[in-house]
Amino acid sequence: MIELDDFSVGFGAGTALRGATLTIRKGDRLGIVGESGSGKTMLALCLMGMAPDSAQLSGRLSIDGRDMAGASEAQWQVLRARRIAMIFQEPMAALNPLRRVGDTVMEPMRVHEGLSRGAAHKRALALFEEVGIPEPVDRMRQFPHELSGGQRQRVLIALALACDPVMLIADEPTTALDANVALRITELLVRLARERGMALVFITHDLAAVARTTQDIVVMYGGDMVERGATADVLAAPMHPYTRGLLAARPDPTVPARNADGTRRRLPSLPGSVPPLNALPQGCRFAGRCPVELAHCATRRPATRLVADNRQAACHLLEEQAR
Amino acid sequence: MGYFIFRRTVGFILTLLAVSVVVFAVMNVLPGDPALTILGMDATEDALAALREQLGLNEPLLTRYVNWVWNALQGDFGISHSFRVPVADLIVERLLMTVSLAVAGMVVTLILALGLGIGAAAQHRKFGDWGVMFLSQLGIAVPAFWLSMLLVLLFAVNLRWLPPGGFAGWSDPMAAIRSLILPTIALAVVQSAVLARVTRSAALEVMRQDFVRTARASGLSRRRVLWRHVLPNAMVPIVTIVGMQFASLVTGTIVIENVFYLPGLGRLIFQSISNRDLPTVQALVMLFAAIVVTANFVVDLLYVVIDPRLKARA
Repeated sequence: MIELDDFSVGFGAGTALRGATLTIRKGDRLGIVGESGSGKTMLALCLMGMAPDSAQLSGRLSIDGRDMAGASEAQWQVLRARRIAMIFQEPMAALNPLRRVGDTVMEPMRVHEGLSRGAAHKRALALFEEVGIPEPVDRMRQFPHELSGGQRQRVLIALALACDPVMLIADEPTTALDANVALRITELLVRLARERGMALVFITHDLAAVARTTQDIVVMYGGDMVERGATADVLAAPMHPYTRGLLAARPDPTVPARNADGTRRRLPSLPGSVPPLNALPQGCRFAGRCPVELAHCATRRPATRLVADNRQAACHLLEEQAR
Repeated sequence: MGYFIFRRTVGFILTLLAVSVVVFAVMNVLPGDPALTILGMDATEDALAALREQLGLNEPLLTRYVNWVWNALQGDFGISHSFRVPVADLIVERLLMTVSLAVAGMVVTLILALGLGIGAAAQHRKFGDWGVMFLSQLGIAVPAFWLSMLLVLLFAVNLRWLPPGGFAGWSDPMAAIRSLILPTIALAVVQSAVLARVTRSAALEVMRQDFVRTARASGLSRRRVLWRHVLPNAMVPIVTIVGMQFASLVTGTIVIENVFYLPGLGRLIFQSISNRDLPTVQALVMLFAAIVVTANFVVDLLYVVIDPRLKARA
């Protein structure tokens, strides 16, 4: 359904996305993980045709077999909401504060499908029920500021489902929510994807959420896809040093918060932070922060190796080992 | 909401009361004797004294103020010194002229400013944006009276499409509208130049917000996103400026009516100031102040209509 081949996004001297290659099929549930600045949101925006005007796109991006890399705004408008829909991070800011949420959800149905107010209202009501909003008739008449964060995110999901898309991109949908609500939202997304046979692209830095929601995972760093595979495999046996670092930085509730000598245990963390786009190393993007770096890592870009069936990683160390 | 309206109404009355004190005080400390103005330089001292007595000018200041306010509340603003008819009649005759001009000016301002401002925001940092910014800078810089003269020169003198000034009354609506076209444009150009800039920056501010991205992700066209999502959210700053502009629009009619010889309140206030016609000037200043305060009141009400989040606080 969606195919990316050597797809890159540049901004002047910097590169936000380098040689992304990816296939998403109907019914797939794919997780994209990485820290802020890893290019995961840029990737999602490109799939919606909403990259900033200043972005230079190259490579192939095809949706439903049609090349969309140079597509016009009008061509994208046909796909948005009806084929691919997206939900965003901040459910408060992502809803028009001056509109009743029911009207917001009904708008794409009325615009794209020419539904009457009555028909749109009926469908919106069914969607509110499907996404688990209690007392949907009353809720539809309310404004975003009158709803809780979890309810707002459910409204946004209902909006995304308004025109029955075949793919839903969720860009950190739970970041702004508390843990309990976040858990229910991820459960909802999985249930909706299953019931509707809809593809789900789940973008997050929450590894536990990815483990619960997705079958496959892509790990991104500095605009590169560094590792991918079945979610369970990657999380159980990470191959790329970045993935290993990411997993090690995860808090583990079974480990006591204090060491034997009574000092507070600190979470292991990756040294440094993601450099700005125009200061990324030319070779492996992770060079400079990598604990097992080789001499040529910073200058030579590692090839993406097919390590096992449905399992890829891009690291010089893996090539050394294979030799 | 009821409490809000009550509070604002009390504020409205207090403001007008304060304005009335200032107006009355200023008019009475001004040099010049109204009796002398009415009777002329040749009047005898006896005649002047008799007239002063008749006008109540010998009463203490406070008594005169209370009388003035009390009569004004009953719609009696006294007799015009120069026209020798009740001030209230003078105002009623001319009110329609000025209100039509101000309302027409406001409507044209809104259409021009919202269209150009939103258009410029949509074209941010492109040719259309620069064009609108340049034109609005020009519009702000050009004085209204000079623009009026240019308009008369072009459309009335050279092209002969429209009358150069004057007003033949409302009996022939077509002729009335034709004589209002140039004054309306002259009035609206400056105002819409200011408002277009406000609209543009307010829209740019809104366009950075997340819900605009949501609207685009819903497959809505840029045009629909701009007019249905961005503009309503930009309305709070726009309405604030419109409220302030309505005040300057009303005062702007003073200049415009004099340039185009339109028999409205603006022309009347100019004439009565020249003639030291105190009762008329006092009444008109009060009226203009009331219009400004009312405009602010309406703006405050509009905020609540525009933004449901304010309803709880109001």
